[in-house]
Amino acid sequence: MKNIIGNINKAFDHRIRLGIMSILMVNEYADFKMLKELLGATDGNLASHTKALEKEEYIIVEKSFIGRKPNTRYSTTKKGREAFKKHVEAIEKLLKQ
Amino acid sequence: MSTEDYLKDITEIKDMMNKSSRFFSLSGLSGILAGIYALIGAAIAYYLVSISGRDYLILHGKIFNYILIDLVAIAFLSIVTAAILSNRKARKNNETLWNGASRRLLGAFLIPLITGGIFILIKIYNHHYGLTGSLMLIFYGLALVNASKYTIGNVKYLGYVEIILGLICSIFPTYGFWFWVAGFGVMHIIYGSLIYFKHDR
Repeated sequence: MKNIIGNINKAFDHRIRLGIMSILMVNEYADFKMLKELLGATDGNLASHTKALEKEEYIIVEKSFIGRKPNTRYSTTKKGREAFKKHVEAIEKLLKQ
Repeated sequence: MSTEDYLKDITEIKDMMNKSSRFFSLSGLSGILAGIYALIGAAIAYYLVSISGRDYLILHGKIFNYILIDLVAIAFLSIVTAAILSNRKARKNNETLWNGASRRLLGAFLIPLITGGIFILIKIYNHHYGLTGSLMLIFYGLALVNASKYTIGNVKYLGYVEIILGLICSIFPTYGFWFWVAGFGVMHIIYGSLIYFKHDR
C-alpha cells in the first residue's frame, strides 16, 4: 500500500496538468492554442501549469515562428512518459483495492 | 484523495486522450445526403446511357464526358455537405472543424483515396475501365478504414463493407453499376442513419 501511494505523483495532482500529460501521451506534440481549447483554461493558468511540468522535466517546450506568429509547441520527455505511466498504474491499483 | 477522485482522474485522462486524437463531430446526416446524391447521380447516369442506344459506355464519347461531370458533381456536393454539417455539429460539441484531429483524419482519408483516383484515371485512359466501379469501392473502403483511427471508430465497418463489395464486384464487373449504387448510395444512407441516431442528436 505504501509503495502504491509512493507512485502517485504530486506533479499530476491537478486537472489541468493531468490533462496536458494525457493529451501529450497520444499526440506527438500540441501547441498552446490546442491545449487551451481542449482544457478550457485561461492563458495564465495554462502557462503556470506547463511551466511546472517543464520544471520537472516531464515536457519540453519549443518556441518557433510560423510566418510572423510566435508558436509554442509542447511534447513529452521520456522521463515524463514513464512518470505518467507509473502514476496511472498506481491509480488503477488503488481503485482495484 | 478519495476513490471517487481517482475515478474522475481516470475518466479525465481517457476523455482528453480521445478528444485530442479523434474528430468526433463527423455528421451522420451528411452521410445520408451523400447516399441520396449518389442515387440521384446514378439515376442520371443510367438515363444517359439508356438514351445513347447502347447498354455500355464508350470512352471519349459525349455521354462518357457527361458521366464524368456527373461523378465529379456527386463528389463535390458530398464533400461540401460533409464540411458544412460537420462544422455545425463541431460547434455544438464545442469542437473546432479544423483541429489537429480533423487534419490527421483528412490526411489518413485522402492518401488512399487520391492514390486510387489517379490509378483509376490512368486505367481509364489506357482503356481499362471495366473494373472502375470495383476499384472505386475498394480504394474508398481502404480510405475509410485508414481514417477510422481518427474519428468515430465504427466508420471502419463501413470501410470493410465497401472493400468486400468492391472485391465481389471485381468478379462480376458487368454489374459494376449496381455494386456502385449499393456501395455509394444504399450503404451511405444506412450507415449515415446509424451515426445520425447514435451520435448526432
